[in-house]
Amino acid sequence: MINNFLAKTDWRRPVIHLICALPAIWLGHQMWLWYSFAPHQLSANPIEYITDFTGGWTVRFLLITLTITPLAKLTKWRMLKYRRAVGLYAFFYALLHFLNYMVLDYFFDWELIIEDIFKRPAITFGMLAFTMLIPLAVTSFKFMMKKMGKNWQKLHQTLYTLTIFAIIHNYMMVKADVLIPLIHAMILSVLLGYRVYLNYKKRKIRSKNQIA
Amino acid sequence: MLIRNKDSWELSENEVTSESDYKSRREFIKAAGIVSVGATAGLLNPSLAMATLKTATGPYSGEDIRDELNDYNAITNYNNFYEFGINKDDPAKYSHTLVAKPWSVTVDGHCENPGTYGIEDLIDFNKLEERIYRMRCVEAWSMVIPWNGVPLSEVINKLKPTNRAKYVYFETLVDEKQMPGQRRNVIKWPYREGLRMDEAMHPLAMIAVGIYGEELLNQNGAPLRLVVPWKYGFKGVKSIVKISFVEDEPNTSWMRLAPHEYGFYANVNPEVSHPRWSQAKERRIGDFSRRRTLMFNGYGEQVAHLYSGMDLRKNF
Ligand code: HEM
Repeated sequence: MINNFLAKTDWRRPVIHLICALPAIWLGHQMWLWYSFAPHQLSANPIEYITDFTGGWTVRFLLITLTITPLAKLTKWRMLKYRRAVGLYAFFYALLHFLNYMVLDYFFDWELIIEDIFKRPAITFGMLAFTMLIPLAVTSFKFMMKKMGKNWQKLHQTLYTLTIFAIIHNYMMVKADVLIPLIHAMILSVLLGYRVYLNYKKRKIRSKNQIA
Repeated sequence: MLIRNKDSWELSENEVTSESDYKSRREFIKAAGIVSVGATAGLLNPSLAMATLKTATGPYSGEDIRDELNDYNAITNYNNFYEFGINKDDPAKYSHTLVAKPWSVTVDGHCENPGTYGIEDLIDFNKLEERIYRMRCVEAWSMVIPWNGVPLSEVINKLKPTNRAKYVYFETLVDEKQMPGQRRNVIKWPYREGLRMDEAMHPLAMIAVGIYGEELLNQNGAPLRLVVPWKYGFKGVKSIVKISFVEDEPNTSWMRLAPHEYGFYANVNPEVSHPRWSQAKERRIGDFSRRRTLMFNGYGEQVAHLYSGMDLRKNF
């Protein structure tokens, strides 16, 4: 019976959730230490640290989410079913990044926030990426997937575009060293290239079938 | 009788730090956690225990901001010093390779006394002053730091610039063995900075050799650095190895890197924002919310006349 239970339960899912949540758990713990005036690792400027930390993990999770499909195709691992969960973590870290900006950093200082979002292209791109993530997060549940059918695929393909915006945001925010956003951009180009290749192959097969 | 109005930051010249003040300052450093943090992080500078500088309270000691002083731990662990890496904690972690003793500085250009000087020949260590200044980083954070050093004008007077010298130009050391961050060309090394001659001669501009009565740690720009409190922090070139007196406005490091974002003057100005973020407010390290940034970082009364008639939007 126990064997049966183990076979039926997908133990991978909670493990994946735990791994994805680890950075947030660490951050939560450090923020608690900071709040209690205990030694912490958020530097002398914790809010800036949180901005960089959450922004960094958002980009990483966006790229990881986009890597799952090609990786599943290439390795035949059955990991596609976890893609939506991982994608939700990208949204989760983006939400933390955004809340940190609104609440801790600027504390609803609308004058500065509005100026930032509309006058500073770097922030505009970040805001665009975050806004585009919201409908994806809302429709990430299975019943929405079923309900939307083909439109779901179309909507969720915008993940590529918004990741481009996110990396532009990151690139523009950097003061001098653009190495990391450039690496991110390179990874994204490889993923996009693979996607284009797959689409091309699919179309070729389809047109062959039509001829036959 | 000579009547002089005392500014709020000015103390009479004979109010010299007493031994007991000195002790209390050392207690303060201890309370600030330098001992425990230094030890756990492996940052404790062995010379620190001995390196107390003899320092007097000078005329610019910033009594009004003394109770806003940042602690030694923050000042020595949160630094922008790209020569050791781009993260704020990199300088504290990776600057131990810098050999700050002995140190010499090359002086050239339009002056009567060019040459190579040992640091002791440029700085009179018996005449060090303590000056408490606000430090406003261009990234919209700030600190209050008790520097020890001498007026830049004193150093310059020793070198006797000729009247062809319109600007002073400074360079930081280049040596990727000592400064591992220089292995990558994040900035085109050496780090270059400069001041107009009248700015350099202004009594607020100083060469610092210490903080909190202790010799500068490597991460803060040992053994000597520039401090110009009414300008953004990046003007404060660290670990100086070269001083030149020149005719033309120097092309400084951040100007080269992004000329539309960083100008030569880099005066703290809440009205002229960085293209990518507002300069209207700043977060004082240790504070939770932002405070309004002051024109010329609060030193307008002393320095505004240097820029009268200039369009500060163009000369940012
Ligand atoms: C999907 C959306 C977003 C992603 C992936 C993202 C990612 C990032 C990354 C990677 C950084 C740089 C961290 C570093 O320097 O190490 C950053 C910085 C920043 N982001 Fe975002 N971001 C997003 C959305 C936003 C939004 C919506 C806002 C505000 C409205 C925002 C505001 C900022 C700010 C203020 C910084 C700090 C810049 C500085 O260093 O001064 N971001 N972001």
